[in-house]
Amino acid sequence: MNAAQDTILRLEGLKMHFPVTSGIFFQRVQGWIKAVDGVSLTIRRGETLGLVGESGCGKTTLGRCVLRLYKPTEGRVEYDGQDITDLGNRDLRPFRRRMQVIFQDPYASLNPRMTAGRIIGEPLAIHKTVADREEQRRRVLELAEIVSFHPSMLDRFPHEFSSGQRQRIGIARALALNPEFIVADEPVSALDVSIQAQIINLLMELQQQMGLTYLFIAHDLSVVRHISNRVAVMYLGHVVELADSDVIYSDPAHPYTQALLSAVPVPDPAVEATREPIILPGETPSPLNPPSGCVFHPRCPMAEDRCSRETPEFREVRPNHWAACLLTPGYDQAPPVKP
Amino acid sequence: MPPLLEVQNLHTYFYTDGGVVKAVNDVSYQVGEGQAVGIVGESGSGKSVSALSILGLVPYPGRIVEGRILFEGANLLALSDRDMQRIRGNRIGMIFQEPMTSLNPVLTIERQLTESLETHLEMSRGAARRRAVELLEMVGIPDPHQRIKEHPHRLSGGMRQRVMIAMALSCNPNLIIADEPTTAVDVTIQAQLLELMKSLTRELNVALIIISHNMGIVARYVDRVFIMYAGKIVESGPVAETFRSPQHPYTLGLLRSIPRLDLPRRDVLESIPGQPPDLAYLPKGCAFRERCTYAVDRCAEEVPPLVGVTRNQQSACWQAPISVTKESAGK
Ligand SMILES: Nc1ncnc2c1ncn2[C@@H]1O[C@H](COP(=O)(O)OP(=O)(O)OP(=O)(O)O)[C@@H](O)[C@H]1O
Ligand SMILES: Nc1ncnc2c1ncn2[C@@H]1O[C@H](COP(=O)(O)OP(=O)(O)OP(=O)(O)O)[C@@H](O)[C@H]1O
Ligand SMILES: [Mg+2]
Ligand SMILES: [Mg+2]
Repeated sequence: MNAAQDTILRLEGLKMHFPVTSGIFFQRVQGWIKAVDGVSLTIRRGETLGLVGESGCGKTTLGRCVLRLYKPTEGRVEYDGQDITDLGNRDLRPFRRRMQVIFQDPYASLNPRMTAGRIIGEPLAIHKTVADREEQRRRVLELAEIVSFHPSMLDRFPHEFSSGQRQRIGIARALALNPEFIVADEPVSALDVSIQAQIINLLMELQQQMGLTYLFIAHDLSVVRHISNRVAVMYLGHVVELADSDVIYSDPAHPYTQALLSAVPVPDPAVEATREPIILPGETPSPLNPPSGCVFHPRCPMAEDRCSRETPEFREVRPNHWAACLLTPGYDQAPPVKP
Repeated sequence: MPPLLEVQNLHTYFYTDGGVVKAVNDVSYQVGEGQAVGIVGESGSGKSVSALSILGLVPYPGRIVEGRILFEGANLLALSDRDMQRIRGNRIGMIFQEPMTSLNPVLTIERQLTESLETHLEMSRGAARRRAVELLEMVGIPDPHQRIKEHPHRLSGGMRQRVMIAMALSCNPNLIIADEPTTAVDVTIQAQLLELMKSLTRELNVALIIISHNMGIVARYVDRVFIMYAGKIVESGPVAETFRSPQHPYTLGLLRSIPRLDLPRRDVLESIPGQPPDLAYLPKGCAFRERCTYAVDRCAEEVPPLVGVTRNQQSACWQAPISVTKESAGK
């Protein structure tokens, strides 16, 4: 297969910085929050790329840049071979239909004045993908059913639902147009494990049938392992590791990934009692003032002197296994190229 | 000594145009001083509404139609709005499930924290500010001096959640109700936050109610667990026993659905077949019946009460005690 064809999304040196201002009338920029600070990666057509990492490390911001809900400060976003970094709203419209999002915060993303049924049906109406009202109604019912949503609840408004019910409205809406690419930002965090399993099975089934691609952002590492082909680990605006899902979990290269995995609580009190998480010393550094050298060095249990001076590159330390850590075996031999 | 919190026969209904939604439908439980309990269960089964009921925050058109909530011996349902407000600020700390619905979007984080410190703990402006920064530091927000001046929409999902936790801890409560407190943070911060709350239960004898879908958290941090389905508690017991030998088919189904990092990956996750019911149109008999592989005729007629089935475990199932083989428990 042709490599370029195989890629649905390419990010190059992506940065998203937010200004921090002071003063009410004459706003002065006091500094920048470097939410995403130089991310390069590709997502293959038909794969699920899991994105995990510390809270506040820039996952949601990255997802919003990918969908061009933000205009990146620097770098390139290429979708299906086309540079979409600088496109305006009009030119983005055809892409909007192909790319959908499941938002992290369901409440804030649902129109409080619309019923669940209208919210789910809205994209169908806007993009005119259904012939008439009757067809729209049928499609909405179908979508409600696949997210385990009782049809009698479609006439209610967002505030009348529980968090998990709202999350499912968001999922149904994202699926309405049969998109080819979905940014799913914590899509199952408010669901009980049984409905979570149903939704995950559904997402994987749709992927098999229709070749859907997912950027799957989540904090639940067991869920991420289950659904992802590859996993990217972010820390403070940087992707620090990227590899096949099995490899990340069985043989993590970056010390941050190792600490992260050790902290996962296991749903079995007997197993739980035998586990010892690696507690990272110190506090999460601020994206306002990132540390010098490797951004992880102040908390890294293995850090050496040079880690505070040298900035690690994102390198292929083993075949198809990328990491940004000076101390990872294979780093020095690896060619410094972009994935 | 009576328990710190006693919920008795709580019924909370929403009177909507489309019918009466029986969100909490006869729920009773107790929490002792310094005890950590967990509430897990189906999405939409009434976990959040039962928590809001304790705090007197059930939104219109909802109403507590029956029941008693005794906290430190007093019936909260009989208190005036003013007294209830004092309890919310001083005695019970609440961490709401969706931070954006309870944080004020137009106020800075600082103002939201200092306001309650000033009114409830009668702190001076300066002292409240210092305390607010301290609290943000405690919940692991980097650069608290800077970030405290921000508005909620400029924070990440997990940072908002931590602001909520800081607010709940700010008033030195006796009881903390944490509704999905850590869904938006990574596992290391999750561990840090839960350790923080757990240490309060150990050191200051604060009681903790954790509502969570994360069975790992429940396994690690609570002593006793309540499982909810369709507005009712269907099972309760010590967490270790409940996970080892669940006594309700719903609990069993839940435990089987979890993807686990300590076990090999499966191709398809197990899940409970069928759909959760609409609480406005509850079927007769046991609400779980249609999805239950253990169901018998009686289940369609009579609602099973929550009764003791083993020494420590209660279940609301006509078929309990149910025996679970190792293989069927999903191992
Ligand atoms: N609109 C904005 N304005 C200013 N700062 C922002 C904005 N959105 C995000 N940030 C900041 O950018 C950083 C990254 O935020 P982001 O929401 O991308 O994190 P995240 O990885 O999704 O975290 P979480 O796991 O907690 O959801 C944070 O420090 C956040 O405060
Ligand atoms: N304002 C309201 N009007 C009508 N029905 C409501 C309202 N608020 C909640 N409900 C209904 O009450 C039931 C219980 O909701 P609740 O938020 O307690 O669920 P939950 O167990 O917390 O679920 P989740 O795990 O998804 O957060 C739900 O079925 C919901 O649809
Ligand atoms: Mg986020
Ligand atoms: Mg809830």
